[in-house]
Amino acid sequence: MSELRLTVNGGEHVLDAPVGTSLAHVLREELGLTGTKIACNEGHCGACTVQVDGVPRLSCITLAHTVEGEVTTIEGLREHPLVEAFVRADAVQCGYCTPGQVVSAAALVAANPDPTPEEIRHAMAGNICRCGTYPKIEEAILSWQG
Amino acid sequence: MARLIRTEKEVEGRFEEVWIVVEEDPLEQWPAGPLAVVGRDAPRKDGHERVRGEARYTADIKLPGMLHAAVLRSPHAHARVRRIDLAPALALPGVRAAIGPGEAPGLAEEAGFSGAAVAAVAADTFRQARAAVEAIEIEWEELEVVLDPDDAVRRGLLTDEEPRRRERGDVDRAFAGADVVVEATYRTQTVLHNSLETHQATCEWQGDTLHVYISTQYIWGIRHAVADALGLPEDKVRVVCEYMGGGFGSKNSPDEYTFVAAELAKRTGRPVRCALTRREEHTSAGNRNATIQRLRAGATSDGTIVALEGEFTNSVGWTGWNASTEGPMQMLYDCENVRTVTYGAKLNTPPMKAFRAPGFVEGTFGLECLVDELAARLDIDPLELRRRNYASSNEGTPFSSKNLEECYRMAEPHWERRHEVRGRSDAVWKRGVGMASQIWYGGGGPPSYAWVRLGSDGRATVITAMQDIGTGTRTAMAQIAAEELGLPLEHVEVVLGDSARGPYASISAGSSTLPSMGPAVRAAAADTKRQVIEIAAQRYDLEERVLDIRDGTVVSTDGNLSVPLEEVVGLLDEAQILGKGARGPNPTGMSVLTFGVHVVEVAVDVETGEVVVERVAAVHDVGRIVNPLGASSQVEGGIIQGIGHTLSEERLLDPETGRVLTTSLDAYRMPTIADVPEIVCEFVDRPDEHLTNLGSKGLGEPPIVPIAAAIANAIRDATGADVHELPISREEMLRALREADERAREKEKRGAPAAV
Repeated sequence: MSELRLTVNGGEHVLDAPVGTSLAHVLREELGLTGTKIACNEGHCGACTVQVDGVPRLSCITLAHTVEGEVTTIEGLREHPLVEAFVRADAVQCGYCTPGQVVSAAALVAANPDPTPEEIRHAMAGNICRCGTYPKIEEAILSWQG
Repeated sequence: MARLIRTEKEVEGRFEEVWIVVEEDPLEQWPAGPLAVVGRDAPRKDGHERVRGEARYTADIKLPGMLHAAVLRSPHAHARVRRIDLAPALALPGVRAAIGPGEAPGLAEEAGFSGAAVAAVAADTFRQARAAVEAIEIEWEELEVVLDPDDAVRRGLLTDEEPRRRERGDVDRAFAGADVVVEATYRTQTVLHNSLETHQATCEWQGDTLHVYISTQYIWGIRHAVADALGLPEDKVRVVCEYMGGGFGSKNSPDEYTFVAAELAKRTGRPVRCALTRREEHTSAGNRNATIQRLRAGATSDGTIVALEGEFTNSVGWTGWNASTEGPMQMLYDCENVRTVTYGAKLNTPPMKAFRAPGFVEGTFGLECLVDELAARLDIDPLELRRRNYASSNEGTPFSSKNLEECYRMAEPHWERRHEVRGRSDAVWKRGVGMASQIWYGGGGPPSYAWVRLGSDGRATVITAMQDIGTGTRTAMAQIAAEELGLPLEHVEVVLGDSARGPYASISAGSSTLPSMGPAVRAAAADTKRQVIEIAAQRYDLEERVLDIRDGTVVSTDGNLSVPLEEVVGLLDEAQILGKGARGPNPTGMSVLTFGVHVVEVAVDVETGEVVVERVAAVHDVGRIVNPLGASSQVEGGIIQGIGHTLSEERLLDPETGRVLTTSLDAYRMPTIADVPEIVCEFVDRPDEHLTNLGSKGLGEPPIVPIAAAIANAIRDATGADVHELPISREEMLRALREADERAREKEKRGAPAAV
């Protein structure tokens, strides 16, 4: 076990975890933040996306002890206008990938509040949705400011 | 009154004769078109929970003291366990129990495919359980491996006792009399469901009751199968699934992970979670099986299809069933002479499981490509050829409703675009437009039950132990109840997902959720409303027939009474009104089917073989549309999944060992947002007047049915090339282009004056 210091959604945590533990595992199992989903656990699908200092990061292949900076999960973005935009546009089916989609989208609109469809497709291509909500996700991000 | 009937029950295109108790449903259908709530766009009732990451999936359930299981799987495609020693696993840190072949259903000595479950371990952490599985000592006796479906059929290695043969008319004579005969062999690949939440269950014993938290499409099927396998009374098994991360047909049964969790929980006295990894999902959780389709069609020069013949081989695998790949050929067109034979090849490959319109997706690719090849030979417009062979009955059985002709009419403006689309071709990128029709089931059926509870605050809750696989079930059920009760949508909640909290509900598969459950919910809401009206009539001394509920207000038709609903039900204080409802029978002597047509625009790079789908127009006939917003999402999702099936997805096996090579999501390529074309989605939206009090059919599966053929037909329109295999990889595209080139050169040679 090794000491782990994390700042998550503005709160500071000091934990013990074996070196080699993924950030996704710590968030879900140690901090109870189950909004971050694990779907492939090897960095291919984007369901586990969180932000570190505002930059999207695949938490399932990020070693928790290597994280420097502020972690933001979906739990820290629950009041973000993108949530309403996703619901309004029906950009959710089974919902398992959706928190990761919102986290990626929030990073996109923070850097670029008026993204074009091309920019949305580029920024969101790492988040797989097996239900195929993509057209509605694009619509949600295009209309996120209401 | 309850009525016992003997009827044919259909799920995923499979029929069985069963006894069913049905209750008469006296409700008349609502008028067609948008109503107060039904037929209008509704964002999901559970949208915020899902989007904000608050919805609790099976993967999120963490019970006190919960252990984690890992499963040992066969590396061999066919082998028998000669010796197994679990002791080294049990000696490792954190390990609490281990079980081997025969100690839980699904753990077997004979492994029929690489990835078959053999043994399992429960430990404090998943990492410890994995390490322990690695430590199990096992010796295998390797057995003969059969991987080639044609070889299996030749040797009689079939999943059914006999191949399925169906024949009508005089096929040989009809072919002999045909002016034009086209013949082709189509091959479709194995594809994986890849639900983002992997297959998993967490089991806990409380006394002699087993609590099963599982990601499933069929709560009651799980309850029955688990009780049956473990010898428990059914009420001693409670099944919970409030939210699930996708299924697509693969989560209809409990399977080894559930039994492993139940057995290890029993042995350790603690809750046990058994969840597949993504790689196990690719080796062991089922697939849409590969097919080989050897097809022939004959027509007279006026475009009448006079004969159809197909030999279909389904590469079913070690387990699974022989889906009706021949279904579209049997049903889509009005043809008197049809002969099909369907073989289910039993192979040492991972098992087939139902995957979104099993059989019909594959069979429609073959048939609808063949029909376009026929149209090309006859020099008849593909839409016109389809119209000339329109089936007005299902081999003499009337359709409960069929508006495919209307779908074709609505598709015309999209079809007309083909001249303009072709005109945008250049030397490298060739553009074209193709179409394909859709036929599939989706009528649902009884039994299904629902309750509606109306509180003294005038708010209602629909209660039924169904599941929501992500199609917007809660929303559609709430809309139906709100419409019937005369309540605003936000005054209706839906409680589902727990066999201990509500009546029996049907499977969420076969596009049956809405047509099975919707009518039961409406009946329960009507029963509730009836009681409110009875109470109001007594309270206000009016006749029941003049009373109604509109937008949360009890009104009389003469306009004299208008009181908030909560004033009437408020009389009950804390008590509630409980209504119950059942799904009535399907119409007797009728075929209940869904129809549609897709018109697809593609661009093909003739130098590299790259295919880009640029636009899809989808027109579907599924009866009444309850939620147009949610319905459009279903259509888009089916089309996108179908584009993956058509262009990029393929599970590959090592041809020597039978091991899965594509075990990760970088090797198995599903569509991303960057692969999505413009999608136009339209509905006929006419209630099926013979089908239930709702007139709605299901929509989960229809949109994935015609897309592959429509893409292939657009490719032919663009390039003249006939693609015959899925996925349409660059290799397949370039092969088809070369073949088309050779054919054109041959034709030129034949057409040219003979050389001296």
